[in-house]
Amino acid sequence: MRGLRRLPLPLLRSPANVELQVRVNGEPRSLLVDTRITLLDLLREQLGLTGAKKGCDHGQCGACTVLVDGLRINSCLALAVAHQAADIVTVEGLADDDDLHPLQAAFIDRDALQCGYCTPGQLCSAAGMLAHEADRPSFVTSDLAGPPGPLDAAEIRERMSGNLCRCGAYVNIVAAIADVAR
Amino acid sequence: MKPFAYERPVTAADAVAALAAGGSTARYLGGGTNLVDLMKLGVDQPDHLVDVSRLSRATIDETHDGGLLIGGGVLNSQLAADPIVRARYPVLARALLSGASGQLRNQATVAGNLLQRTRCSYFQDISKPCNKRRPGSGCPARDGHHRELAILGHSASCLATHPSDMAVAMTVLDARIRLLGTDGPREIPLAELYRLPGDQPDRETQLDPGDLITAIELPPLTAAHSDYRKVRDRASFAFALVSVAALLDVADGHVRESRIAFGGIAPIPWRARRAERVLRGAPATPESFARAAAAELDLARPLPDNAFKVTLAANLLVETLVDLAQR
Repeated sequence: MRGLRRLPLPLLRSPANVELQVRVNGEPRSLLVDTRITLLDLLREQLGLTGAKKGCDHGQCGACTVLVDGLRINSCLALAVAHQAADIVTVEGLADDDDLHPLQAAFIDRDALQCGYCTPGQLCSAAGMLAHEADRPSFVTSDLAGPPGPLDAAEIRERMSGNLCRCGAYVNIVAAIADVAR
Repeated sequence: MKPFAYERPVTAADAVAALAAGGSTARYLGGGTNLVDLMKLGVDQPDHLVDVSRLSRATIDETHDGGLLIGGGVLNSQLAADPIVRARYPVLARALLSGASGQLRNQATVAGNLLQRTRCSYFQDISKPCNKRRPGSGCPARDGHHRELAILGHSASCLATHPSDMAVAMTVLDARIRLLGTDGPREIPLAELYRLPGDQPDRETQLDPGDLITAIELPPLTAAHSDYRKVRDRASFAFALVSVAALLDVADGHVRESRIAFGGIAPIPWRARRAERVLRGAPATPESFARAAAAELDLARPLPDNAFKVTLAANLLVETLVDLAQR
């Protein structure tokens, strides 16, 4: 691995391996990755972080949602090599040691899950949405020019539409996010 | 997935040179939300990716004449949140916010949005024939599943629709596309970017191989009101069955100017020039709006399972214009 660092980068002929430096949940990581690997598979298969889930693997369910440089994204459609120097936070990095993230506490308090498969994606998605997007309009915001105001249930549903829950725990998911949004 | 080489040039000129060096199976990579998916499905199998998602100048700047210059690498979410877009181009902000999900809008670039591929189920399934994916192999949609497919502008060889919401809004904004190719920079109207399928549905745009969309320019907008409306199978995170982007300028109860485009019903963002001609100088009434819708949709050639789109498109256009006329 140490020797490979001196290979001419970024272009290597196929099958291509590229050295990748990222930060994952606060830890700097240096990895050799196949150009084909998605961020989701990198996290799950190479780093053992199985919190982010592979639901559809096509960007349609949101179970793989993680934060990259603060923005929520679908890690299943993100090529790892395209995220050089990225700061990645997964559900494993939301809590501060034993202190749960407020959203995690609210999900428990509101019983906002049944099987729990979609929950890591729901949590990361809600965390990114509240931290970076709450002051921006959504499709259901009537006045696009002004600030959207407090997020009501309709706003939360629209903003969380990229996260599906096959158990149908939406009612309590919306309530949990509303508790933290206040 | 087929192995591929990856590189990330720093400048647009380097990217164009890298793509040319990569040959016909090289692709630009933006946010990857469509391309990576197509690679997983085996629909596209590039052996060389040139990452243009982090080229310099992914910014939104005002132009000297009061328009807007949007870098090709700007994120969909970044453009939708821009204060100038929200205040002056509400049709564009609303269209962007109606597209995909919060996560995907944080990944997808505006240049990639314009060049995303159809979501026709036959195009995305490599076990099926598709004239767009494999020229000459046939189109099963006409006698098969075509409920979501085109009623306008399609051909015997292809019924696919263009999936973008943003492009429909940019069409009524008379956007211009700045390109960088192997022969240098040039600029074309967005209205000239897309091609109708005819008997070559695999040729979707007027771009030459290696052309990179470096920016999109929006001319300044007059005092007209604008909006984007979208009908889909669920309330959020779904492609349009029918959408309408409209601009309306009414003076003394009469239409001074209108600009109208449909999404979800044609292979390209469908500028409704016939409807616009009917409206010019006409009373701004529901009757005029219905006449305009009928004039445009007279061109429609629906199939059994998407005939509902004709009525839906007409109703959606009338409702959108009625609402704009009341503002």
